[in-house]
Amino acid sequence: MLALIRLLRRHKYLLYMLSWRDITVKYKQSVMGFLWAILMPLLITSAGVLVKIALAQVTGGTVRFAAVLGVAVKSVPWAFFVSSIRSSTQCLSNNANLVTKIAFPRAVFPLSSVISQLFDAAIASTVVIAAWILSPVAITLQLAWVPLLIALLVIQVSGLALILSAANLFFRDVKYLVEVILTFAIFFTPVFYDTSMFGKRAWILMLNPVAPILEGLSNCIIQGHTPNLMWLAYSAGVSLLLGFAAPIMFQRLEPKFAESI
Amino acid sequence: MSEIVLEAKDLCKKFRKGEFYNSLRDLIPALAKRTVAGKQLADKEFWALRDLNFQIAQGEAFGVIGHNGAGKSTLLKHLCGILAPTSGELIVRGRLSALIEVGAGFHQDLTGRDNIYLNGTILGMSKAEIRSKFDEIVAFSELEEFLDTPVKRYSSGMYARLGFAVAAHVNPDVLVVDEVLSVGDYLFQRKSIEKMRQVMRSGTTVVFVSHNLPVVADVCQRAMLLENGKIISIGPTSDVVRAYVERGTSPPVSSDDKSVYVSRVTIRNANGVECAQFRAPERMIAEVEITANRAVQKLAIVIECRNDEMYGVFDTSTQRLGEKPVNLAAGERFVATFGLNLHLVPGAYHLGIYVYRYDTQENYDTRIPAGTFFVNTDTDVRGVAHLEPVVISQEKFGA
Repeated sequence: MLALIRLLRRHKYLLYMLSWRDITVKYKQSVMGFLWAILMPLLITSAGVLVKIALAQVTGGTVRFAAVLGVAVKSVPWAFFVSSIRSSTQCLSNNANLVTKIAFPRAVFPLSSVISQLFDAAIASTVVIAAWILSPVAITLQLAWVPLLIALLVIQVSGLALILSAANLFFRDVKYLVEVILTFAIFFTPVFYDTSMFGKRAWILMLNPVAPILEGLSNCIIQGHTPNLMWLAYSAGVSLLLGFAAPIMFQRLEPKFAESI
Repeated sequence: MSEIVLEAKDLCKKFRKGEFYNSLRDLIPALAKRTVAGKQLADKEFWALRDLNFQIAQGEAFGVIGHNGAGKSTLLKHLCGILAPTSGELIVRGRLSALIEVGAGFHQDLTGRDNIYLNGTILGMSKAEIRSKFDEIVAFSELEEFLDTPVKRYSSGMYARLGFAVAAHVNPDVLVVDEVLSVGDYLFQRKSIEKMRQVMRSGTTVVFVSHNLPVVADVCQRAMLLENGKIISIGPTSDVVRAYVERGTSPPVSSDDKSVYVSRVTIRNANGVECAQFRAPERMIAEVEITANRAVQKLAIVIECRNDEMYGVFDTSTQRLGEKPVNLAAGERFVATFGLNLHLVPGAYHLGIYVYRYDTQENYDTRIPAGTFFVNTDTDVRGVAHLEPVVISQEKFGA
């Protein structure tokens, strides 16, 4: 991870330019860019609300605004996760002309994909934050957890982005595999539901390293209590592992990129 | 000798021929098959570069020539650090930048202005550097009016010009130049070559990888000829270019079975110094030596000049010039020295020499190319002949 940070510092302007390229192209029509950024979180939230209404029908409860906001809070990081993985998986193979023609650290490609998705997530967050401020949900000191949770998510996503972009360069069908997994991953991740609904078996869902982060966000923003520290430590462990191993793996494989693409 | 900035030590690169598994769909069944059958697939490997050893000094202009598939591009990618050698090493001291494919990394939807920044960064320039050179780059590309147009609307020539302009302003310690000098129209090419010279004058080491022999011969002091990944010849450019031209044509027929053969052709300048570069209309001296294996009579020598497309631009003979035919006894040698004023446009030219018996027109030996030389001019002239044009007057008359 240290190597990664060093690399980022040395090539921060390149990283900035590539992220800026993605963002500028997407936001050329500023209104459309904004709509793109909120489209996926909006759809996820709508689907989540549908699921909540169905559940309420069965159990005889009502859907409270806090529950809707809970889904919205989780929809933005989940959308960030999905779109980052999707775009970074293909970023090296899509930039084949650069990979085979010009020498510079290839890690800037997956990382800039993540950064430009982070920008989208920031735009979408403004909508969620506005809704949250207007809502009766209490603001507590637990909010202090939010930066840590986001950092863990970004590290996990960056690690996966490095691994998957390299994998897709060597095996072109990795992107189809990733696509299938991403399509159904939402059912294995507590976005529409809370893991507590599974009672004793909740731990199975928490094994998904993104789950403790999303649960944690909903805990500290909506419910106003501390995230489950044990599971958070587990997720942090996964982040650290990815943060260390992924850059090492990427740099080992890098010399083979140009001839394998 | 000044400092060595680029050095290859036993550089080797192995490639695999044919298709290899680049999808899991193919790999997994193949792995399964291999474990079941226990059979190893035969590796179809070949050497793209084999034991290259060379050194390039600070400030030198070095040419790399070779036919297609000789390993030029592979070497280039090693120089740039895109490919890693299989064994051996390649040492680069200082910042290296490559003019490989101009415009790689342009984004179609971004404007010319944005792409200058983007491409400059990709090529390794800092923000401040790009900013300070921005005007220079724009002026060089001659695209001032189109700066705010997305590059997808550019013509291919404009695209290449912008790409070249950015790449040429990187200011590296070592600059690697591929075929990019052939982008744009004639004027832009001249400008590009002029820019290269300027870069070289500033002390930058330049490595040219090219088919464009006149440019290599004109710009580089030393060169290297690659064939099948090996160095065939390395040394002064004129020697290497000669080796290249000779290998490109049919091998000279063994001289033993001929009655008389061309044994030596030497090209010199007016001062008698052996040389391959001329500035039109400089005088070239061509010394042609013929050797007789047995007694021959009434010999005449034809000298001709062909351009790079092997189109004949000039020919004459000793007989046509009014010289007496020559009689030679077995083992005798004869030297004819020709003087030619090179009223030619810039380019590469090949000498052709024939020895024949003038009355029966019997041809004894043919040597094409017997020598290669390069012509440059101070003025911008094109076509075939350099007529040393001048504008005598320019006047404007009222309506």
